[in-house]
Amino acid sequence: MIDFIQMGGDGAYVWSAYGITLAVLIVNIVLVRARHRTALRRAREIAAQTEVPRRQPKVHRVQ
Amino acid sequence: MKLPRWFHQLGSPPYVYRLADKLGPWLGGLGCATLAIGVVWGLAIAPPDYQQDEVYRIIFIHPQTAYVGMMAYGVMAVAAAIGYIWRLKIAHAVAVSAAPIGAWFTFCALVTGAIWGRPTWGTYWQWGDPRIMSETLLLFLFLGYLALRGAFDDRDKADKITAILAVVGVVNLPIIHYSVEWWNSLHQGPTILRGDGPAMTTDMLLPFLITVLGFTLTFYWLLLRRLQAEIVEREGDARWLREFLPGSVA
Repeated sequence: MIDFIQMGGDGAYVWSAYGITLAVLIVNIVLVRARHRTALRRAREIAAQTEVPRRQPKVHRVQ
Repeated sequence: MKLPRWFHQLGSPPYVYRLADKLGPWLGGLGCATLAIGVVWGLAIAPPDYQQDEVYRIIFIHPQTAYVGMMAYGVMAVAAAIGYIWRLKIAHAVAVSAAPIGAWFTFCALVTGAIWGRPTWGTYWQWGDPRIMSETLLLFLFLGYLALRGAFDDRDKADKITAILAVVGVVNLPIIHYSVEWWNSLHQGPTILRGDGPAMTTDMLLPFLITVLGFTLTFYWLLLRRLQAEIVEREGDARWLREFLPGSVA
């Protein structure tokens, strides 16, 4: 196990390369999820704004 | 010639959004599983190299991220060209979505390359090295593309003008690939894509190809997810979108 981590003395190089790549993949997943959610929320707001006035009934004043 | 129906449907944002919604989880699951198998195989099972001993194991991520970065540029340029020529909005959306992912993968290729360079070449970085410089140019093409987009308020205008930049930058792709043959580089020549077949034993080549597949699937997964977000941003007020909205009002 220790041999595996040390990688014949090159452990720092191998593991940092793998660590950075993994971190970049995770950052990409997190960023795209956040972006998608924000876009959907904004679309939801637009939908709510356009939906409400259309459903309001016209009021006719009877004198 | 009559094109099949699904081909025309690829131009429709609702169709593409739904398709991405269905394909996404499969691509993501397969990509992550393949990547995990390839990486564990490469790190723990593949034998050490006879010249580079253990440090060569970076070969299971460095060429893959570089290749995905280049593929991302290809996807971006082809999509941008299609969008420009046929005025297809969905193609522009694909181009925009590929750019940041390509930039991230190219960044990974440069960083893992630098880390690999230190123990094998004795230096992290060499200004003027053709492979390093052309790969760095690729990163700046992605960043330049994104920065240029940011300079426009009008999305249609940004789509058109950045498409030209994307297409012109394609010249850099063969330069990256052949840089190690055309000029003197610290970088080694091609190991897999060479005239006399891959110069790698099977017990290294198998995990290598598995990680290539894993990174490719992961790229397309991220691309679909980004494309979905991009479609929502562009079609924010469309009726078809309502079934996907949180707390739907449809």
